[in-house]
Amino acid sequence: MSLTLEQVQRIAHLARIEISDSEALSTQGHLNGIFQLIEQMQAVDTKGVEPMAHAQDLSQRLRPDAVTETDRRAAYQAVAPETELGLYLVPKVIE
Amino acid sequence: MINASLKQLSQALAAKQISSVELTQLFLDRINRLNPTLNAFVTVDAEKSLNSARAADTRIAAGSGGKLAGRLTGIPIAQKDIFCAEGWRTTCGSKMLANFVSPYDATVIHKMEAEAGLVSLGKTNMDEFAMGSSNETSYFGPVKNPWDQSRVPGGSSGGSAAAVAARLAPAATGTDTGGSIRQPAALCNLTGLKPTYGVVSRYGMIAFASSLDQAGPMAASAEDCALLLNTMAGFDERDSTSLNRPLEDYSRDLEKPLAGLRIGLPKEFFGAGCDAEVMAAVQAAIAEYEKLGATLVEVSLPNSHLSVPAYYVIAPAEASSNLSRFDGVRYGYRAPEYGSLDDMYMKSRAQGFGAEVKRRILIGAYVLSHGYYDAYYLQAQRIRRLIADDFVEAFKVCDVIMGPTSPSTAFKLGEKAADPVQMYLSDIYTIAVNLAGLPGMSVPCGFAGGLPVGLQLIGNYFTEAQLLNVAHRYQQATDWHQRRPAGVE
Repeated sequence: MSLTLEQVQRIAHLARIEISDSEALSTQGHLNGIFQLIEQMQAVDTKGVEPMAHAQDLSQRLRPDAVTETDRRAAYQAVAPETELGLYLVPKVIE
Repeated sequence: MINASLKQLSQALAAKQISSVELTQLFLDRINRLNPTLNAFVTVDAEKSLNSARAADTRIAAGSGGKLAGRLTGIPIAQKDIFCAEGWRTTCGSKMLANFVSPYDATVIHKMEAEAGLVSLGKTNMDEFAMGSSNETSYFGPVKNPWDQSRVPGGSSGGSAAAVAARLAPAATGTDTGGSIRQPAALCNLTGLKPTYGVVSRYGMIAFASSLDQAGPMAASAEDCALLLNTMAGFDERDSTSLNRPLEDYSRDLEKPLAGLRIGLPKEFFGAGCDAEVMAAVQAAIAEYEKLGATLVEVSLPNSHLSVPAYYVIAPAEASSNLSRFDGVRYGYRAPEYGSLDDMYMKSRAQGFGAEVKRRILIGAYVLSHGYYDAYYLQAQRIRRLIADDFVEAFKVCDVIMGPTSPSTAFKLGEKAADPVQMYLSDIYTIAVNLAGLPGMSVPCGFAGGLPVGLQLIGNYFTEAQLLNVAHRYQQATDWHQRRPAGVE
């Protein structure tokens, strides 16, 4: 398998990473090298093998539906690029 | 004091031979003097460290302690810059977080500082978002290996490794997703332990691949690692994968004799692909273990050659999901100029992430995308099961598995930086351990061409105390772990 330049640009868009044409070209080379390594997997017959998502096969813990955290909005918003009146500011989405 | 063990430091503090403030200042002075060339720390805040040291001195004077963890009160430690620490700049080696001052503590930081009374000396350099095996992907520049400053310290916990090797800190924290504690420990002549997945809380540890990431100690000896793990481990309800198990004293079995220990040697770890001098050092270490009463048994991990391919599907898939949070909205880097919201995301991420991080996000986005998920992600997870099952079989006939940690000694800065695949293959012996979720260690076992070699120990689930015992007995019989690099006195 090898990725086309268009595929590289499409993945970059899916991942919301702006990519120039020259970057896409060098990235294409690197990614294809990596996928060559990954392709070794395809020769393995894994029929009937249960996928392993996790090191310990545990189910998710549940906790009581109760407030456990304190309100630290000011501290958390202090590290934001732009806030106003307790809200995060981003470019207008809906006119 | 510079080369003292944690136990010796603890005794000196208890006997008032030295105060925590004096000890902290001693290491801060070394950082001032040596860090400009080594680049092991990215953030140092002497006033903050000395304030913690003063608080520790008060605790020592009041005789608090008593608890198991209390024994390390007042001892300085270096923290990998992947752990959020309140009031400390926490960068994860990335431009994305270059100005991020954490508003909260990771559980590991809280346990070490607030509960155990350890004093953080600063934040250590690392590969960006822990993605790398050489520390060269850091936004803050590469770390130099104290054993040879033209060489890499390994990665991703390379800053922590260099800091401890050059004695800028008595010990450090690291994290290990595919070998990031064990490989730098091997390349810098340290003892490093990656615990069983779920033993140490991941809360506040910036996520790379959540089903693989695990924090652990990096220090001069197994004894030091055991004391540190006692402060780091434990159930945390804030981490959904934290395991609720009774607390252990990881130093309880250090002195146990090794007579009858069955060492499994996977034939796949002793074939081609490993540097001959590295292999000779590993073989000599195994011979030493036989003298200590251990017996050898050949085992097989027939799917281990698939661990690197499976890892480079699973880890990037999880990373692409984890790193989607960096969008320039709530924290981290935002591009100075942009148009629409989408444009702001795209430019902030393009400018804030380095090349290796972008590559892995793209691999992850691709293998998770519609039409490819089964062929890549599910196939990788099935292979992960095969790899884990290989270990289950092997541990039926042995107690601990041994082999090299890394196929070579420290390589030259720049040697592998241009070729991602070559870099990935430097973790060929360590990655399977993360996929299976097992505990693993690297222990100094000799030198090749003047550079340190690490012996890898792999244990069954929850056998950290036994691994530490196996490492400690070897360290009582040998002095490799006490060798120090020249030129950083």
